[in-house]
Amino acid sequence: MKIHEYQAKEVLRKYGVPTPRGVACFSVDEAVRAAASIPGKVWVVKAQIHAGGRGKGGGVKLAKSPDEVKTYAGQILGMQLKTHQTGPEGQKVRRLLIEEGADIKKELYVGMVVDRVTQRVCLMASSEGGMDIEEVAAKTPEKIHKVFVDPETGLKDAEADAVAAKIGIPPASVAQARAVLQALYQAFWDTDASLAEINPLVLTGDGRVVALDAKINFDSNALFRHPDLVALRDLDEEDAAEIEASKFDLSYISLDGNIGCLVNGAGLAMATMDTIKLYGAEPANFLDVGGGATAEKVTEAFKIMLKNPKVKGILVNIFGGIMQCDTIARGVVAAAREVNLSVPLVVRMKGTNDEMGRQILKDSGLPIISADNMADAAQKIVAAVAGR
Amino acid sequence: MSILINKNTRVVTQGITGKTGQFHTRMSRDYANGRNCFVAGVNPKKAGEEFEGIPIYASVKEAKQKAGVNTSVIYVPPPFAAAAIWEAVDADLDLVICITEGIPVRDMIEVKERMRKHNKKAILVGPNCPGVITPDEIKIGIMPGHIHKKGRIGVVSRSGTLTYEAVGQLMELGIGQSTCVGTGGDPVNGVKHIDVLRMFNDDSETDAVIMVGEIGGSDEETAALWVKDNMKKPVVGFIAGVTAPAGKRMGHAGAIISGGKGTAQEKLEVMQACGIKVTRNPAEMGKTLKAILK
Repeated sequence: MKIHEYQAKEVLRKYGVPTPRGVACFSVDEAVRAAASIPGKVWVVKAQIHAGGRGKGGGVKLAKSPDEVKTYAGQILGMQLKTHQTGPEGQKVRRLLIEEGADIKKELYVGMVVDRVTQRVCLMASSEGGMDIEEVAAKTPEKIHKVFVDPETGLKDAEADAVAAKIGIPPASVAQARAVLQALYQAFWDTDASLAEINPLVLTGDGRVVALDAKINFDSNALFRHPDLVALRDLDEEDAAEIEASKFDLSYISLDGNIGCLVNGAGLAMATMDTIKLYGAEPANFLDVGGGATAEKVTEAFKIMLKNPKVKGILVNIFGGIMQCDTIARGVVAAAREVNLSVPLVVRMKGTNDEMGRQILKDSGLPIISADNMADAAQKIVAAVAGR
Repeated sequence: MSILINKNTRVVTQGITGKTGQFHTRMSRDYANGRNCFVAGVNPKKAGEEFEGIPIYASVKEAKQKAGVNTSVIYVPPPFAAAAIWEAVDADLDLVICITEGIPVRDMIEVKERMRKHNKKAILVGPNCPGVITPDEIKIGIMPGHIHKKGRIGVVSRSGTLTYEAVGQLMELGIGQSTCVGTGGDPVNGVKHIDVLRMFNDDSETDAVIMVGEIGGSDEETAALWVKDNMKKPVVGFIAGVTAPAGKRMGHAGAIISGGKGTAQEKLEVMQACGIKVTRNPAEMGKTLKAILK
């Protein structure tokens, strides 16, 4: 689960990480009032969306007067902000963060992720802040310093101090840097984060260490134990179809193609999408219907897929183990009838009671195309959609 | 004898009284030599009772003392599953298979750290996996027994139904399996491809291996590099997720491309370079294996 920059900063502040004074705003009026409440001569007007690269995309502006705050707020709020992380359509900006300007002497990078090799949380830090960390990792990997934190001790003082020194924090500011790094780890650990980044972490002219930006993603598996974090969810930033699907316990991801997929099992679902591409078309979605594909779930899945105007055909690929193919077949027939299916449907079923399932599809009288294996299924749906 | 499990394995089921635990214990008990293998369950609140003739104990330690179990299968719900894993590991079982999907990553980080620090002998398979099956002897997990048959091909995969797809294709060609291991879809977990390949390498009853992987992490690359210098038997591979977009979790918690790393393309290239025969067509996993058997 993702949250906005202003929310991530709130979380970090609770752990003692210093951030610039700022106010989240939902209108130009609020932005103007926010600037008035923040003393200083420079304010930063920042678009709040769940994607990076906002600065380059024109979503972050430095305002040197209250009038400029008003102008920039008016431009940015409501804009369709396009960044290298939003996709070509961009994302509509509905929230702003108005912050005091900072006196930046140095920009650093600090981040945390779960490292799958050591199976520990990895703290990464670099003197190359304000840049795309992936570029730094590619071009100058020696500039990224890593600590694999022992979960039983947390980030130790010596570890934090060593990292601070390596990224160029002057001795006078090391104590502060240590506090920030340890606070970041504690926040990451306590909130069950999957990613936490402060980019840039700045050293100010007067030697303070401040988080100028913040990004935190949370492990979906742990949300059950963080209702306060779930409350931070912004549905406007999520794909409508994905939100709808999660209500019915369907694992769904929107893609760009024209062939809807319904499969049981994530690995098999990915393989099904791959097969469609192999035979010359593109999948419209990833959809894992899971181990309990009832008629209701299959119907909801069809409805969600068919809401997408790009979908010109549907491929159902089921390997029935505990799940019985006749049960799926009945579900597919009921679903096709209820949604009045008018696009080609190819169904491939294998496993328990597959013969029975195929008979049910045949007896339904509906124009459902049966397939023997995944290649056959993909070829048939691609051909049907192409009108062959 | 295949790997990890056989007809003499003695299993305790943690979460035996839950709906899922009950269903799969029944199915496993009724498969091959299951009746002699599934000898215990754990539920502290129902100790002393039975599930369809299988005694329920208060703890894994008690099940080990009284029923001589050496393996555990876990169906406990996510909030408590990591603790269940530790309980089984702490009881010094040989093998712990955790089926549960949805365990918080932090909990798994803690359990794995403790396992390493205490140098525990237990092998962990999973979590978020379908389990392990040695066809015609024993099945521990949720895979459909009837699609498998005894043979000499090892199967190791992160997936569930995609693994059954591979097994189904082998069956159509009349090729049986020695042991099938589902390592699961989570990012912090137990055995990885490399660990299982090592076991197959040392198993006199396995002639070749199918390895199935997916996007996310670097397990397949690590395994491939080991295969190049160490594997004495042919390996065939498939990686799911060539069409997966970056940054999105594709069902499995561990199936995510981050920072440009963990793409299917990369994995296939490394595997191929290390002598693993790969196919980009999931419908041809069986065919690809058959071709290298000649």
